[in-house]
Amino acid sequence: MLNTNLQHIESVEQYEQLIASGAKVAVVCGRMGPMCVPVYSVMDALKSNYPDVNFYDMDFDTAVAMQTIRRLPETNGFMGLPFTVYYKDGGVVAATSSIQNKKQVKEILDGRLSP
Amino acid sequence: MTERYDLIVLGGGAAGLTAALYGARAHLKTLIIDTGTPGGQMNLTYKVANYPGVLEASGADIVMTMRRQAESFGARLLSHAEVAEVALTGAEKSVVVEDEGTFVAPAIILAPGAMPRTLGLGSEARFQGRGISYCATCDGDFFTDQDIAVIGGGNSALEEAVSLTKFASSVTIIHEFDHFQAQPWAVEQAKKNPKIRFLMEQTVKDFEGEESLTAVISEHKRTGEVTRTPVSGVFLFIGYVPNTGWLREKIDINERGEILTDESMKTSVAGVFAAGDARQKRYRQVTTAVSDGAIAAIAASEYVASLAA
Ligand SMILES: Cc1cc2nc3c(=O)[nH]c(=O)nc-3n(C[C@H](O)[C@H](O)[C@H](O)COP(=O)(O)OP(=O)(O)OC[C@H]3O[C@@H](n4cnc5c(N)ncnc54)[C@H](O)[C@@H]3O)c2cc1C
Repeated sequence: MLNTNLQHIESVEQYEQLIASGAKVAVVCGRMGPMCVPVYSVMDALKSNYPDVNFYDMDFDTAVAMQTIRRLPETNGFMGLPFTVYYKDGGVVAATSSIQNKKQVKEILDGRLSP
Repeated sequence: MTERYDLIVLGGGAAGLTAALYGARAHLKTLIIDTGTPGGQMNLTYKVANYPGVLEASGADIVMTMRRQAESFGARLLSHAEVAEVALTGAEKSVVVEDEGTFVAPAIILAPGAMPRTLGLGSEARFQGRGISYCATCDGDFFTDQDIAVIGGGNSALEEAVSLTKFASSVTIIHEFDHFQAQPWAVEQAKKNPKIRFLMEQTVKDFEGEESLTAVISEHKRTGEVTRTPVSGVFLFIGYVPNTGWLREKIDINERGEILTDESMKTSVAGVFAAGDARQKRYRQVTTAVSDGAIAAIAASEYVASLAA
């Protein structure tokens, strides 16, 4: 399990239920590495400003990651951790690869994830 | 809304967290403001083996402990803060943070550290995460059995090039000079590795590709000959620059952007101290950053006490 302040996605069922609910979700799929830690930290800092968004992490080296985020067409070609995927209404609305700063994350939350 | 503190620390890396720990423990009401992720460069370090008292730990783990330690003495931390304005002159220093308010204190410690240097090419940002990386340990395995390049000529570049040969089928080191800045042992290790080749005296001009990276374009500095190196990955290790551009008109800094201090970490402005990698000094390590932070906080608490006397 990743040592972050985010909620964790640990099974395919949990992932599928979450996405199927149509909720706004941001999932950071990575390891406890130098490019990933800052993205978990950005999400943690933004949590209170975006109460309508569910912020999760997912361990990149687990079966759930291999069967879900790592298989998405949107992450095909990604070559930098973490893979960060944003969902709304049951589908992917944005995906980024590698480190992202607060401004970049906010742009997606305010743009693609806004009502 | 204006909030008063005894001490504001700008930057929550090794230097800033230590300064806050010392400040808070000296009963100064202390605020750390970090524009990014607390821990700074320590977050980039997978394994720290030369921090006394800790046999071996990830940088992220050391950060977690330092942060908890500072907070346990009462320091408050604002991370990913959007700093709009910093005023250093006068008896009261102030920092305006968007969505948070204005923070004032009689003393301030500047510990903004440094960040990885980039080439500044438009195509560099476009391929970040799609072929361009700054962390071999994080992303090396995406390039298994592929040709890649490492840009740089210091210890990090050469050591990481060697470690990347565990995954890649070939590693081309592209460097701007005809010699390396790395230690001789690191150069020798790289030269001995059959998977590594060298492209010297190059200026990197562009990165090519559609969805992901396919080649690096570089030019020989003396002859002007252009080389296209087909690669699917590029790792950049071209040094660090101090985060001090915003301080240029506010305090004395040198031509490399490093803050000038005396040995008590005092800067050219009364009540303003500096610590860590952003300061002019020879050796940049976690131990030297925490040492600076401790000294700066002790000097700052003496300064605050002198105002009350
Ligand atoms: C890859 C790598 C490996 C390393 N390995 C080791 C090692 O094994 N052992 C060792 O001793 N040293 C190592 N070092 C060096 C060591 O990490 C640094 O010297 C040390 O962490 C510097 O600490 P600092 O607090 O001065 O700066 P930083 O760590 O750079 O922290 C500065 C902080 O300030 C924040 N900031 C920036 N600008 C502002 C601003 N305007 N306002 C507010 N906040 C701001 C940043 O977000 C950051 O959190 C390594 C460095 C790197 C990059």
